[in-house]
Amino acid sequence: MNLAHYLGLLDDAETGLAAAFRHVADRHRVEPDVVQECRLLAGWSDRHAAELAPFVRRYGEQVDDEPERLRSTIFGGSRQGAWALLRDLHDLYLMATECELSWVLVGQAAAAVRDTELGALVGSCDGDTSRQLKWLRTRMKQAAPQALVVS
Amino acid sequence: MDGNTRLCTATAAAALKASFGTDGQPGSYTDVDHCDAIALWGHNCAETQAVLWMRMLDRRRGPNPPALLAVDPRSTPVAREADIHLAPRIGTNVALVNGVLRELFYHGWIDETFVGAHTIGVDELEAMVDRYTLEHVADVCDVPANDFAAAAELVGTCDRLISTVLQGFYQSNQATAAACQVNNVHLLRGMLGRPGAGVFQMNGQPTAQNARETGADGDLPGFRNWDNPAHIAELAGLWNVNPTTIPHWAPPTHAMQIFRYAEQGSIKLLWISATNPAVSLPDLARVRRILAQPGLFVVVQDLFLTETALLADVVLPAAAWGEKVGTFTNADRTIHLSERAVDPPGQARPDLDIFLDYARRMDFRARDGAPLITWDDPESAFEAWKRCSRGRPCDYSGVTYQRLRDGDGIQWPCTADRPGGTERLYVDAVFNTQPEMCETYGHDLVTGAAFTAEEYRAKQPGGRAFLHAVDYQPPPELPDAEHPLLLTTGRTVYQFHTRTKTGRIPQLDGAAPDVWVELSRSDAEALGIVDGDGVEVRSARGAIRGAARVTSVRRGVVFVPFHYGYWDRGGSAPTSPETARAANELTLSSWDPVSKQPMFKVCAIRVDRVADDAATARAGSGPADAVGFGPPYDGDARTVAMSFLEGVER
Repeated sequence: MNLAHYLGLLDDAETGLAAAFRHVADRHRVEPDVVQECRLLAGWSDRHAAELAPFVRRYGEQVDDEPERLRSTIFGGSRQGAWALLRDLHDLYLMATECELSWVLVGQAAAAVRDTELGALVGSCDGDTSRQLKWLRTRMKQAAPQALVVS
Repeated sequence: MDGNTRLCTATAAAALKASFGTDGQPGSYTDVDHCDAIALWGHNCAETQAVLWMRMLDRRRGPNPPALLAVDPRSTPVAREADIHLAPRIGTNVALVNGVLRELFYHGWIDETFVGAHTIGVDELEAMVDRYTLEHVADVCDVPANDFAAAAELVGTCDRLISTVLQGFYQSNQATAAACQVNNVHLLRGMLGRPGAGVFQMNGQPTAQNARETGADGDLPGFRNWDNPAHIAELAGLWNVNPTTIPHWAPPTHAMQIFRYAEQGSIKLLWISATNPAVSLPDLARVRRILAQPGLFVVVQDLFLTETALLADVVLPAAAWGEKVGTFTNADRTIHLSERAVDPPGQARPDLDIFLDYARRMDFRARDGAPLITWDDPESAFEAWKRCSRGRPCDYSGVTYQRLRDGDGIQWPCTADRPGGTERLYVDAVFNTQPEMCETYGHDLVTGAAFTAEEYRAKQPGGRAFLHAVDYQPPPELPDAEHPLLLTTGRTVYQFHTRTKTGRIPQLDGAAPDVWVELSRSDAEALGIVDGDGVEVRSARGAIRGAARVTSVRRGVVFVPFHYGYWDRGGSAPTSPETARAANELTLSSWDPVSKQPMFKVCAIRVDRVADDAATARAGSGPADAVGFGPPYDGDARTVAMSFLEGVER
């Protein structure tokens, strides 16, 4: 059963997203709202990873042997000022999308194996991930006109 | 464009929009005359709205006085008058009101019929507040469980409740969420739209309401929704411009973000009219640095040489309220006409004249090539505003200058159908949440994320009010070993804003001439501080000095009034560490995720005794000039205006 594999991917994605939110908070200390929200949302991903742990054990540890696709290619290049903020938030959005999609797929598998506990966890976590995405989208829409036109 | 309202009443607007669909105060000040209970949530009414407070005291001293609840970490005049005073730990308002809501559910103090017919979200709210038991609230907020239970009972069992909410909620942690929980109290109890039952999301200044409805607070005029293309088309039609002329592709840029863009250099011109960010914004060292930046051209339009004006490239002398004509609208939607009492002195001109002159010189044109601005004085501008407000909740179309001159104030909406105005909104419990009417499609109150039109429509609000459920989360800055106390800033009745006017009125300034630092007996004792000692208050941003006042403020909390700056102390900034006295040297740049109102009331600090008295602590600073540094533009004429003001004060 490949569910264990996907749980591993999801666990990695949430852990990576938490670290990335903190990374962005640290890089943009002069943007208080970004710092505050990124720290808050990092905590949500921490919680997701922690709550996922019993299910990772239930379905057996399966080391993720896929090459890391996302993080190695984002947060790269030299980024300055308003542009850097927009690009960093954009990269967070891609990482959060990875989480969101993984929750959906894990939820499908949980339904198929009648694992109501895992299904309930998906139900509580994928809503949070959507809220992370919505905040990122809102903040980017706010930043984009100034960053792309007059910065 | 943003207004000083961002610092003052942005959360009132955000909370009213979030719960009821649009801004607009449901109640009327006459509700004070009819209620049997008043709850003041973070509202030191005695020092912020003295006339309203007199009205409350009239009831308290008359027959059948209303019960009074005060929520404030300080022992204010309101707290001392109250039957029950709760002094919660700073930043825990959401936990406190969630606890009240839980008591309402637990005891069945709910108007089930009203909730069922006119609200959305009751199940989520009940589930959310379930964990806010008496014990949990007593623990999180550090209030006695018995007092808290009594407060909840007062709110839960009265027949006609009015609530007022102000800066203790708006400038604190989770501002919009906390203000919405007060709206929830009224929705659960059906305490809206009838005499004596109403919620007042107050304004810091009585007249701040008109800034909100006309759009000077960054919103669009007439409570229009920037995300609704039909609303943009209406405005474009009114002004005869292409819809793309109206910036509506992103939320309005709030004041703190404007200053950030200026800091980054992507805003190169700031036009500051009638406000004083060099004293009123958080983290003043940073604000002064931005205003003095070489790449930023600063225009300041004001009555006097404020701290901000001293940093400006160009100063435009403006007329004061008694020197010009215009309407004011107050927090209960009452429109008044204010006439010119004296002519402006010297070169000073009314703000409207300055802006009209600017528009003319810029040659702004409408789509047909005619001048964009079709009004030329206060009354013709008012007529244009009436057209703009028509059909919106704040409909002024039935008001004229003549009617305002002939009679008393008029409460909007005032239309051909309702020529006498409207005392209370939502008497039929139909709220402005229809997607075509609403001012916002809503936000996640925790993150500030915006919802889309589709998401909003899917909720099918259909005129029902929203019950928002939000969990408590601790504030972003908490005390630590280096900064073990929490600062809250606020006001005294004798001074207004940054003392630009009140600091020049000897009777008022003499009553509260300098900053003070209020701390609790136990903290003072632990720090070896007695009343009158010169103390230094230090945060991660900066430090100030002032005289200690030992009071019954909550332990761990320090209060400093925010009014005091430097225009009468030699300039726009402190001349030495000893002379620093503006509370906002200490405060942090942080704001509510929804209303974007800065968090002036949660800031970790330390306090140290530095001298036997404040004067020694300020050694090196010259004596304060009671009347003021920096003469007005025309001394003689301004003195006439001042005399008039004194007459009013007496």
